[in-house]
Amino acid sequence: MLEVAELVKRYPRSPVNAVDGVSFTVDAGEVFGLLGPNGAGKTTTVGVLTTRVRPTAGRAAIDGVDVVRDPVRARRQLAVVPQRSNLDRSISIRDNLIFHAAYHGVPAKVREARADELLEQFGLSDRPNAKPDFFSGGQSQRVMIARALMHRPRVLFLDEPTTGLDPAARLFVWDRLRELREAGVTLLLTTHDMHEAAALAGRVGIMDHGKLLALDTPEALMRSLAGEATLELTADRPADGTLTDALAALPGVERVERLQGSPEDGDAYRVRLYLDADAAPLVAPAAAALAEQGLALNDVRLGTPTLEDVFIHLTGRSLR
Amino acid sequence: MTAVALPLEASSRRAFTAVLRRDLYVTGKELPAFLAQVILQPLFLLFVFGKVLGSLGYTQHGYADLLFPGLLGLTVVLTAIQTLAFPLVAEFGWTREIEDRLLAPMPTSFVAAEKVLFAMLRAFTATLIMIPIGYAILGHVPWVWGNFGWFLAALVLGSLVGAGFGMLIGTLVQPQRINLVFSLVFTPLLFTGCTQYPWPSLDRLRWFQVVTACNPMTYVSELMRGALTPSVPHIAPWICVVVSAGAIVVLLTIGVRGFYRRAID
Repeated sequence: MLEVAELVKRYPRSPVNAVDGVSFTVDAGEVFGLLGPNGAGKTTTVGVLTTRVRPTAGRAAIDGVDVVRDPVRARRQLAVVPQRSNLDRSISIRDNLIFHAAYHGVPAKVREARADELLEQFGLSDRPNAKPDFFSGGQSQRVMIARALMHRPRVLFLDEPTTGLDPAARLFVWDRLRELREAGVTLLLTTHDMHEAAALAGRVGIMDHGKLLALDTPEALMRSLAGEATLELTADRPADGTLTDALAALPGVERVERLQGSPEDGDAYRVRLYLDADAAPLVAPAAAALAEQGLALNDVRLGTPTLEDVFIHLTGRSLR
Repeated sequence: MTAVALPLEASSRRAFTAVLRRDLYVTGKELPAFLAQVILQPLFLLFVFGKVLGSLGYTQHGYADLLFPGLLGLTVVLTAIQTLAFPLVAEFGWTREIEDRLLAPMPTSFVAAEKVLFAMLRAFTATLIMIPIGYAILGHVPWVWGNFGWFLAALVLGSLVGAGFGMLIGTLVQPQRINLVFSLVFTPLLFTGCTQYPWPSLDRLRWFQVVTACNPMTYVSELMRGALTPSVPHIAPWICVVVSAGAIVVLLTIGVRGFYRRAID
């Protein structure tokens, strides 16, 4: 359904490529996630696919239609939910839906009925005649998704669909997106939230500095990391490599990764251990290793590898 | 019965008319605001310069007749500028409303063309409304049926000059500078466009005559004057048509190029 080949985009007066040789394909009905920090090139990649960014090199196609050569035909297949509201503020949300459908040639009777149906489905039917200015971020997001569905697109692009939403609003959006997945709509979403990617996407591409670093199912990506479990330790003070070596020597530790201290910890020693078995039995030996260097444990976190771990592993830095 | 089944040209045409319908719908809902925005300025100019100053004896008899065509020229150009420039600055700048239209199944040039057509329609409306207003304030308006063709030419060319300026301003000006446009662009345009004086009479003020000759609006005002008050000295209509047409080509070429640059990265 989507095909991106050796895509390059360099903006004028920029020394580096915003997108730097990205290739991937997305099958019909698939939910594909592009995961990466801000500035990784996700939005630019989506911009090319949605005909709003002209690529410097490479090819992008939607259902076989080249988006550069034939943008009008491509636009009939796709819909975009942007990160920030671009709703038409001069007209009501119901009119937003109806005019969007009119732009896409949906007959008058069909668009009226469909608008009411979608407003209902997205929990917006209590005030269809209010203008977008009176809606919160989460509500605007719902209006934009409803609007995008008015012309029954075959591919829906969502740019950071839940960034800035409260947890309830986020779960609501996730549920609607899952329904779309059931309905067979191809979804491409960009996110810097690994939970979102893991919760929704069948496959995830990890991007950084314009490059696609890895591409697989979330499970396979997480399995690609050594070990079954992780143990994250935060000490009360900084420490040097001796401690890291001591921790690496503990039984069951496959790999040790130094983490940057969070701002509130200052530069206190932080480390993540990748283990080949359960993490709990290792807490005591690890604490002992710290104590040997005169450090105390401030925080312990047990976990299984997440997409964020995959990201850290690939890029050497955290998503945020 | 989905949109995808339509041939490409049909879907482009439908998208174009739907966007135009949206603009007309919004104008219909905000009619008082629209009228206030476009009518108030020429109305007060006509009232003060045409009626008040004349009644007090500060202007010669017949000045109102000379002013009225100039005000029609001003209205048609400024309305087209305002219709295009301000929404465009906002739509590209902070509301991003235009994105939904740019993603409609039609070429990007259609979105720009719709903006121009809509600006023309609003400019026609505003200018035509000025005629009954002129009657109400002055008691009569200068009118020559034999020159109706020139009047129509002035309407069309004036609205296109305005649309060209509007497209230029709308795509080049940063949202935070829009206030500056008022003083740096509008005011000079307003007072060097031969609205309040016929161009040939400026030969006593040669340098200002040269300045006004550089303002495309001058040729719209003079064309109006030639159509409505042919007895007042004015620039020959054919010169006005040629120069306005040239200005339209230049303004729209740069404006539409700016539109493309803002529409597609």
